[in-house]
Amino acid sequence: MAFAPPARHLLRAKDLADARYAEPLEVDDLARAAGLSKAHFSREFRRAFGESPYVYLLTRRLERAAALLRNTDHSVVEICLEVGLQGVGSFTTSFKRMYGVTPTAYRAAAPPASAHARVPACIVRAYARPEHRTFREDNGSGRA
Amino acid sequence: MRIANAQLWVHDQEEALTFYTEKLGFEVRMDVTLPEMGDFRWLTVNPPGQEDMAIVLMAIPGPPMMDETTTQQVEDLMAKGFAGTVFLTTDDCRADYEALKERGVEFTETPEERPYGIDCGFRDPSGNSLRLTEVKLPANV
Repeated sequence: MAFAPPARHLLRAKDLADARYAEPLEVDDLARAAGLSKAHFSREFRRAFGESPYVYLLTRRLERAAALLRNTDHSVVEICLEVGLQGVGSFTTSFKRMYGVTPTAYRAAAPPASAHARVPACIVRAYARPEHRTFREDNGSGRA
Repeated sequence: MRIANAQLWVHDQEEALTFYTEKLGFEVRMDVTLPEMGDFRWLTVNPPGQEDMAIVLMAIPGPPMMDETTTQQVEDLMAKGFAGTVFLTTDDCRADYEALKERGVEFTETPEERPYGIDCGFRDPSGNSLRLTEVKLPANV
């Protein structure tokens, strides 16, 4: 029997982030799912998918948070916890960094859910995940 | 014009066959090995009751049909989950989810309500993604 290519194990870790982002999941857990040491895993994940597992997990959580802001009436604090993030302060900071506006402003600007096209959920998840931005990009270059 | 078959790369036809038949409950439509073509194996499966459309579980070839670099690239793409998706529909997403989970299918997304119905997602052993959707459009559409 042919062995699956090594990247299949990295995909297992990526899938874990997609499936269980709501839990207190960390890079250590993803590395374990891939059967690799943390440092080796982070390097290999970045080589395969172009960004670190930490960034992938964070942007997945922010994408899910953005969807909840658009589609539910849950409070910002609730949403922060629902996507597996611990601190509302750092959630708001990260969200503003990636989306250019605070969660509250994002929600206020979103069209009603009924206006959304019926695109399969996997497509929404794949395409709506924000591009990662670091604090160095905060000065004036953020997307509005 | 009608769709007859659609092809999916798999890293191992035997493992794929076990997954699609024993876990997913598909039937083997064709399983033909051709010695004159280097033992090329034409392997197709379809859900019971849908006999006019099948998925071809295609082994990734090597040289001379595909050069080694390309073979490696296809293997990588597939293993990273970017080679293809099969969209399935069902009458009862949650019941199928329970049945498949019972048979050891690992889900990437559990059933959730969407504007278009209920769906969930999982992968085959090669990394191909499969979605299972119970379509329920609002009455006013």
